[in-house]
Amino acid sequence: MNILEFLAGINPVAASGAIVVLIGLWGILARPNLFKIAIAFTIMETGVNLIILSVGYIRGRTAPILDSAADAATASARMTDPVPQALVLTAIVIGLAVTALMLSYAVRLRAGGGASSIESYGEEKW
Amino acid sequence: MMRKILVILAIVGFAVVLLPLAYQAGVQPAPGALATEYLEKAPAELGTANVVTAIVVSYRGFDTLGEVAVLFAATAGVGALLTRKRLGLASTREKRMPATEILRTATRFLTSLLILFGVYIFVHGHLTPGGGFQGGVVIATAILLNLLAEPESHLAHGVMTGVEALSGAAYVTLGLLGAFLAWGFLDPRVLPAGSIGALVSAGTVPLIYSVIGLKVGAELSGILDALKGDRE
Repeated sequence: MNILEFLAGINPVAASGAIVVLIGLWGILARPNLFKIAIAFTIMETGVNLIILSVGYIRGRTAPILDSAADAATASARMTDPVPQALVLTAIVIGLAVTALMLSYAVRLRAGGGASSIESYGEEKW
Repeated sequence: MMRKILVILAIVGFAVVLLPLAYQAGVQPAPGALATEYLEKAPAELGTANVVTAIVVSYRGFDTLGEVAVLFAATAGVGALLTRKRLGLASTREKRMPATEILRTATRFLTSLLILFGVYIFVHGHLTPGGGFQGGVVIATAILLNLLAEPESHLAHGVMTGVEALSGAAYVTLGLLGAFLAWGFLDPRVLPAGSIGALVSAGTVPLIYSVIGLKVGAELSGILDALKGDRE
């Protein structure tokens, strides 16, 4: 198979999103440090958001906002899919709240004399 | 060793699952039926120029109410976890390093501009890319700058709690107004839709997004203050 054909088949946003998801997954599974695990969750989440956004993107179309590029009559013919964008908006906010909560638990465990490594918490060990 | 193999297997498995999304997936030729419906109906029914806002605030408004509730729960959790007593810190607080002159001057200069910008973003949420969540985050950055510039200072908890409670109550009230005066809970057609693109248009959408912006700003500021770690 031709290399150019292969490159043309890659969806750039989804591919970079997938790579970011895999990096995040590696961080969650392989890093023992609680803080790094929390950060890995946010990295993975960013990748998932990129993938969701790429699903709603339509080549050659404009953002789902009415302006001179697309008026109400031509909206559905000229705009990208707004639903994934609304979903990602929600996901970002929830992700921020969950990250703050995860990091607070990590800080609490650390301040309470615990280690920052997940290995030292019996039930979480694997 | 076993663990490393398992990790690699999990990552390879995930990569195989993600492959169809990243390769040869192409991009869809047209929005789905639901998205088309939103794109065609939202400007006509609600008068919002930004269709994403119409979905977030009105069509899926109940989700957004739940989202704001989750954000509130997380803020409460962070605030409860990170108190001085729970962290086991001594009651005599150590002195923090004062901020530099540059940071303090920049903060004095930027605070009002940032708050103005945040308000601009959430007030124009139905017209431009932006809205309550984004505007709230911008306002929280103004608070963060102030916390950094004055390390010994504290957020006025009473004010923040008041803003948060009032904006939450206003959000639910606007939703209930929609249920009684329009077609359903969180329906923005309580007020006239107006002309698309005008600041005062889209019924109660700008009002709902403004109270969301205030609430998110207050909650994120609360999280930032709690993360400083010197709450009583």
